[in-house]
Amino acid sequence: MERPLTNFIRALRSSDVRVSTGEALDAAHTLKLIGYADRSMLKDSLACVLAKSPEEKVTFDELFELYFSRQETASNAEQDQTDSSDNDSSETDASNLVDLMESGDESAISLALEKAAEAAGVDNIRFSTQVAYYAQQMVKQMGGEALQARLLEALQQGGPDGDAEAQRLIDVRRDVTLKARDRAEKAFQVFGTGETQQFRDDYAAEKKLSAIDRSDMERMKRLIAKIAKRLAVKHSRRKRRRNRGQLDVRRTMRANAGFDGVPFNVVWRQKRKDKPKIVVICDVSGSVAQYVRFLLLLLWSMKDVVPDMHAFAFSFRLGSVDEVLEQNDFETAMAKILREYGMGSTSYGQAWSDLKINHEQIIDRRTTLLVLGDARSNYGDPRMDLFREFAARAKRVIWLNPEGPGLWGTGDSVIPRYAPFCAQVTHVSTLKDLERAVDEILSAYN
Amino acid sequence: MAKDLSTGYEPMTSVDAITAGLEGVGYISTKQISTAVFLAHGLRKPILIEGPAGVGKTDLAASLSRWLDLPLLRLQCYEGLDEGKALYEWKYGKQLLYTQILKEKLNEVIGDAGSLESSLGKLSSFEDLFFSEQFLESRPLLTAMKQEVGSILLIDEIDKSDEEFEAFLLEVLSDYQVTVPEIGTIAANVPPLVILTSNNVRELGDALKRRCLHLHIGFPDHARERRIVRARVEGLEESLLDQMVSFVQSVRDVDIKKRPSIAETVDWAKTLLLLHATALDETFVRDTLNVLLKHESDIAVIGPEVPKMLREAAAQKPGNRTASGYPNLG
Repeated sequence: MERPLTNFIRALRSSDVRVSTGEALDAAHTLKLIGYADRSMLKDSLACVLAKSPEEKVTFDELFELYFSRQETASNAEQDQTDSSDNDSSETDASNLVDLMESGDESAISLALEKAAEAAGVDNIRFSTQVAYYAQQMVKQMGGEALQARLLEALQQGGPDGDAEAQRLIDVRRDVTLKARDRAEKAFQVFGTGETQQFRDDYAAEKKLSAIDRSDMERMKRLIAKIAKRLAVKHSRRKRRRNRGQLDVRRTMRANAGFDGVPFNVVWRQKRKDKPKIVVICDVSGSVAQYVRFLLLLLWSMKDVVPDMHAFAFSFRLGSVDEVLEQNDFETAMAKILREYGMGSTSYGQAWSDLKINHEQIIDRRTTLLVLGDARSNYGDPRMDLFREFAARAKRVIWLNPEGPGLWGTGDSVIPRYAPFCAQVTHVSTLKDLERAVDEILSAYN
Repeated sequence: MAKDLSTGYEPMTSVDAITAGLEGVGYISTKQISTAVFLAHGLRKPILIEGPAGVGKTDLAASLSRWLDLPLLRLQCYEGLDEGKALYEWKYGKQLLYTQILKEKLNEVIGDAGSLESSLGKLSSFEDLFFSEQFLESRPLLTAMKQEVGSILLIDEIDKSDEEFEAFLLEVLSDYQVTVPEIGTIAANVPPLVILTSNNVRELGDALKRRCLHLHIGFPDHARERRIVRARVEGLEESLLDQMVSFVQSVRDVDIKKRPSIAETVDWAKTLLLLHATALDETFVRDTLNVLLKHESDIAVIGPEVPKMLREAAAQKPGNRTASGYPNLG
């Protein structure tokens, strides 16, 4: 009875639940303790051992229902079968298959299906496109070829008898195929869905952000939530580095007051790391708006890790969008921002001077100034003086440019003039690029 | 690992026995909780309990200790907790004091030795004098290892500790042994039943999670909450109990900063009892809302909704509600 468990664990793994070998062993021990008899207790126990976060528990619940419902029909059928019949159906011929299907004995049929499924290796299914293939393989295992031959015979024979026989065989073939498809479909749900999702996710993460259409938005949102979580876990660890060699005299004396001042416990000075502070300035003119949407969504999902985060949007006039983002759900907020700031003709110079006049104090020495824009300023004054000032005030300036490096400096693009004051100018076009950029920004605080 | 199991854990023979035993000491368990405890005992693995504050994570450990009559050793985690506080420490002061007192005795011992070498030889025959168990201050983890018939070790709010400490726990939790360099390895005769709790302040490391059984305790459903309140607060009228539990359950459905947990329900029940309430009415609920809700903004959100919620709570038939929040508790 170990096989169902290993298969179940394989299904879990393919759906993004990480199960280590140690945990698999624990699960086997658990089965020994609990047994298969009490289904709900089995579920509770395995959930304890295998799924270790709320998200994993949800996946676990779904898969458990799917997987063990199938398992149950199989094992029930097996029991029935061992009682009633002793024929070895590995090489079922056509008449056996016809008899079986026409008998209407559900448990016998599902047992035969299970056997065929195992022989055809249906549980190795990975993509939905393979369902038809595996179904066919199953039918073959159950004697589909012999059936086909007899069907041909009947058709050649002709006459009312032959036609009736052919019709009967066609019905049987259709039933078998349908059942096999169902079985393969189920196998795909258990073993394949996770991998297919993974495949599509990988594809979406590599896709150009400007090319992502409405239908993919839900997937992107899910992906971004996942990325935000990953980054949050990575960067929420509070890091304190010891400065070895620098004695903290005051704290050492206090710690050792109980020992008559003899310094048993030596306390070293510690350096506290800065908490990250991000000020993001987004060009929301038409060409960049789509990128802004994803960047803001990603950053705003990380509010817990970086509470000190402020966003500004501009095309002509610049304004703070913190409040809009906080008070509305993301889509509404985004629409409002685009309506309010997205209309003017882009002027980086104007944006800098607005920032200087209204919000200068927001930039301090632990701020990362994050600019997202194509630096196409309609030939206006880029106000290098102000930008230089911000760069000097801030911890560093990172510029994310949705345009490829080949276009930098062409036409009205002034990015080469801003670049010397930036710690980094990066071309971002996919979700992966965004993740890398945000990761990099947060790493600077460790 | 086949060690004698005739220990303090004997009453834990089945999941049902655990549920019944816990109920005997006033802890209303669920199937999930009892199963996890049973497995923890069977597989000899720690349980990591996650869930909102005040749903009885810590209380589970305390109740187990009461039921099994085993000592409860509690290690409260906080930022900066280190081995010295968790495992053991040498009693420096006592060591110092003893050297002072024994100085003269030492002179006597060494006195007749001729050379430096021979006196060193004499001294080294007492080598373990100062680094023996006598001078070892054992902290919760070590104490738990030394218990003869087992113990309940509660490592509370592990998410508040530093990552280094989490890594250090791995040895203790997987082998149930502790290494003191000067003395050697101290292994537990009967491993303690370990319960770790976390409020998810930070994500715990995979290594730790892998070594533990994972249990999520969420908010209770109507029936269970009712039983808990009844077990904790005596003398509350049935109709009032129904009404107040329904009310709390509906408060939990609202999106507020801190949803009231069992602890708050129990407090509220005590308040109602103290004020001799016989039925919930609007002004009464408003006046005592601060027992249930701990944020000004939450009270502002719920306050205007009180009449509506009360009407709904009164109409509510007990038992047809399910718990909000994951996972569903049976």
